[in-house]
Amino acid sequence: MTGEVPLWEVFIRPRNGLSHKHVGSLHATDEVMALQAARDVYTRRGEGNSIWVVPSAAITASDPDQAGENFEPGEKIYRHPTFYDIPEQVGHM
Amino acid sequence: MYSQGLIGADGRTEETPEFLAAFQARVDAEQKIEPNDDMPEGYRRTLVRQIGQHAHSEIVGMLPEGNWITRAPSLRRKAALLAKVQDEGGHGLYLYSAAETLGVTRKQMTEELLDGRAKYSSIFNYPTLSWADIGTIGWLVDGAAIMNQIPLCRCSYGPYARAMIRVCKEESFHQRQGYEIVMTLARGTPEQKAMAQDSLNRWWWPSIMMFGPHDADSQHSDQSMAWKIKRFTNDELRQKFIDATVPQAEFLGLTIPDPELKWNEEKGGYDHGPIDWDEFWRVVKGFGPCARDRVAARKKAWDDGEWVREAALAHAEKRRARKLAVAAE
Ligand SMILES: [Fe+2]
Ligand SMILES: [Fe+2]
Repeated sequence: MTGEVPLWEVFIRPRNGLSHKHVGSLHATDEVMALQAARDVYTRRGEGNSIWVVPSAAITASDPDQAGENFEPGEKIYRHPTFYDIPEQVGHM
Repeated sequence: MYSQGLIGADGRTEETPEFLAAFQARVDAEQKIEPNDDMPEGYRRTLVRQIGQHAHSEIVGMLPEGNWITRAPSLRRKAALLAKVQDEGGHGLYLYSAAETLGVTRKQMTEELLDGRAKYSSIFNYPTLSWADIGTIGWLVDGAAIMNQIPLCRCSYGPYARAMIRVCKEESFHQRQGYEIVMTLARGTPEQKAMAQDSLNRWWWPSIMMFGPHDADSQHSDQSMAWKIKRFTNDELRQKFIDATVPQAEFLGLTIPDPELKWNEEKGGYDHGPIDWDEFWRVVKGFGPCARDRVAARKKAWDDGEWVREAALAHAEKRRARKLAVAAE
């Protein structure tokens, strides 16, 4: 036991039909306490109807130094509909 | 509540000019900086200190008000004050988590508060002597915090900006419940009105000190502005606060305790009398009337909670072991 209380990431679904969204983090010794604390810290004003808690250590993140290669795939503008020239009268689908 | 102009900022940094210029270009383009992004060490250090001070202020700020929960004059006031103090605890937690994304631990921050290395807003070193003080704190102290915190919602550091958005949504209730308390007293018996005036007399100057030293005397402020950690200078924010608050006091029939306060047509704002900065620095450095009590109360909470933290960790460990044993069967 390290004596450090682990960190958890908190996700809340504002209402049915929407995804859970990251809202912040908190410290708790286990998942039961993490859910309880997430309710107290992040839902005091009806912010949602469902909570997920995930140990922060379980998250694998992409490397920001590789954001260029990963997320700006050069000139692939042909992946977008506006790349294609179609006469106005054909209309949109 | 209650961020204050950063005390003791240190924007020194040692990166190459190219790195700093590239970073500055990102900030100038209003791109948010996120936890794992490269950032100048001075930027990181300034944020750790500022967010830490801010978090400590929220937590220590629970003490002067918590002091009045059991003595609130009605159930309505008690429920509101409880909710407000609970919010402040929440604000502290959002902010500690934002600081932790910069590589400092909660434990380190707590230790620095308890051993006096970390500062918190000077305003909480004043005592809450009467019920009227609870109203005045909501009106002025939460009001000052709103002025300070709204621009922080656009801070260049993403996690801090996001925490401030949540905080700002909640502060408006704090300010209004405070003003309502003061208004009720100001419209009450002569004794009640006198209570409100006495409270305003004691809290006015400490509240306008919350914005920190004058621009001419606040070192490192330029660097924080360039990095878009800060969007307005201390004096700009103080001016906004005074201009918003003076008419609110007039509405209540209360007098701001500054004989030199007067409208300046040319600048379109109020001029105010000189601020006692010696008092400010005394209070910041821990010689305020309540400084010892505040830190002692936090230390007691930390020490008394030790067995709870240990028991909760032991319990979690036991549950984990039991789960593993069942899985192995
Ligand atoms: Fe707050
Ligand atoms: Fe507040």
